[in-house]
Amino acid sequence: MNMSGTSTANSKPRESAAPNQVMIENFSFAPATITVKAGTKVTWINHDDVPHTVDENDKRFRSGTMDTDDQYSYTFTSPGTFNYFCALHPKMTGQVIVK
Amino acid sequence: MSDKKKEIPEDQAMQRRSFLKCMAWAGAGVLWVMNAGVLSSCSLLHAGSRRGKFSFVQISDSHIGFNKEPNPDATKTFAEAVNHVNSLPETPAFLIHTGDISHLSKPEQFDTAAQILKGAKSSQVYFTPGEHDTFSDDGKLYLERFGKNTQGNGWQSFDYDGVHFIGLVNVLNLKQGSGTGLGGSGLGQLGQDQLAWLEKDVKGLSSSTPIVVFAHIPLWTIYPEWGWGTDDSAQALSFLKRFGSISVLNGHIHQVLQKVEGNVTFHTARSTAFPQPAPGTAPSPGPLKDVPADKVRTLLGLTEVTYVNNETPLALVDSTLA
Repeated sequence: MNMSGTSTANSKPRESAAPNQVMIENFSFAPATITVKAGTKVTWINHDDVPHTVDENDKRFRSGTMDTDDQYSYTFTSPGTFNYFCALHPKMTGQVIVK
Repeated sequence: MSDKKKEIPEDQAMQRRSFLKCMAWAGAGVLWVMNAGVLSSCSLLHAGSRRGKFSFVQISDSHIGFNKEPNPDATKTFAEAVNHVNSLPETPAFLIHTGDISHLSKPEQFDTAAQILKGAKSSQVYFTPGEHDTFSDDGKLYLERFGKNTQGNGWQSFDYDGVHFIGLVNVLNLKQGSGTGLGGSGLGQLGQDQLAWLEKDVKGLSSSTPIVVFAHIPLWTIYPEWGWGTDDSAQALSFLKRFGSISVLNGHIHQVLQKVEGNVTFHTARSTAFPQPAPGTAPSPGPLKDVPADKVRTLLGLTEVTYVNNETPLALVDSTLA
């Protein structure tokens, strides 16, 4: 997923996301959609200076509070599409596709 | 009346800033006066002569635990707000906290807020939660601490001196929303159970009963792109439209905005912790950070509401902490 379009003038210098990592920056998940193989551990890192969460729509996983620089990981054991959002800012959405 | 103002002009804020310098972050506020069903506000500096049947104060978005720019100490500014309330010439009948008591729903953050509120001269405080109070455990800890005598997820109503107050909860069961077609709007929501309760709650009331509704997320759509609105608020307001005077008090957006629509006056309060940008004026609703330290308190504050009498409006005065 190409992330180059998501940075803004105010963002911190972007770290290039490692594979299977999702950056939380400027009130968005990047990449917004990530495709992984079953058994993969995906890690979210909050680079914003406000807290966020990663909540799967049907509560299949919930990160709890992620303050600045906090990380959350979840291992996807079976194929499927997992839509998630930030419980504090529900306009922030993302998707993990597990093949 | 000439001294009523929706917003305090910058030059006045400047005067107040130098005048109240030693008060540091302790707020003035906006006093709300309800006249003929319309809320109007004026600076607390002009509020000394206002007398009504009773007054109450709305405080909001204390975000205890927040410690970043532009306010390294949200506990201190909240304490200053409470001190400010205590310094009002007339002790308010009660306080209403419209949510985001804590920044991260942590027990110690709730403890700190409760401790500071114990110092308020008005011992009665009504609460409604913000999403920051409920997001990690669906509001369980909030309800234990602040939800006594409430129903459902924390909704409630009570009467004071002929005015019917309704506290609604619109921060639970939030659904994602971004045009992804997954059914959510990303807005606040009340839910069917609460709406059914509300309809029943107001059924027996005379239409001349003044109504005050409070909830965290605005009950009118301010800026859906940032989730600043409530999905099913229209249904809630439909149960209230027969009443002659309806005042809706919200928090969440950390700034004063006001709208009058028919018999309904909508008002949002400042935060006691940090200001947020005006709708759509920034890439995200994150805290306004580029605020000089000596100006932050002009953007924080509280709301004092004076109820004048049954035929005339509430008076609302929004005070800043400058």
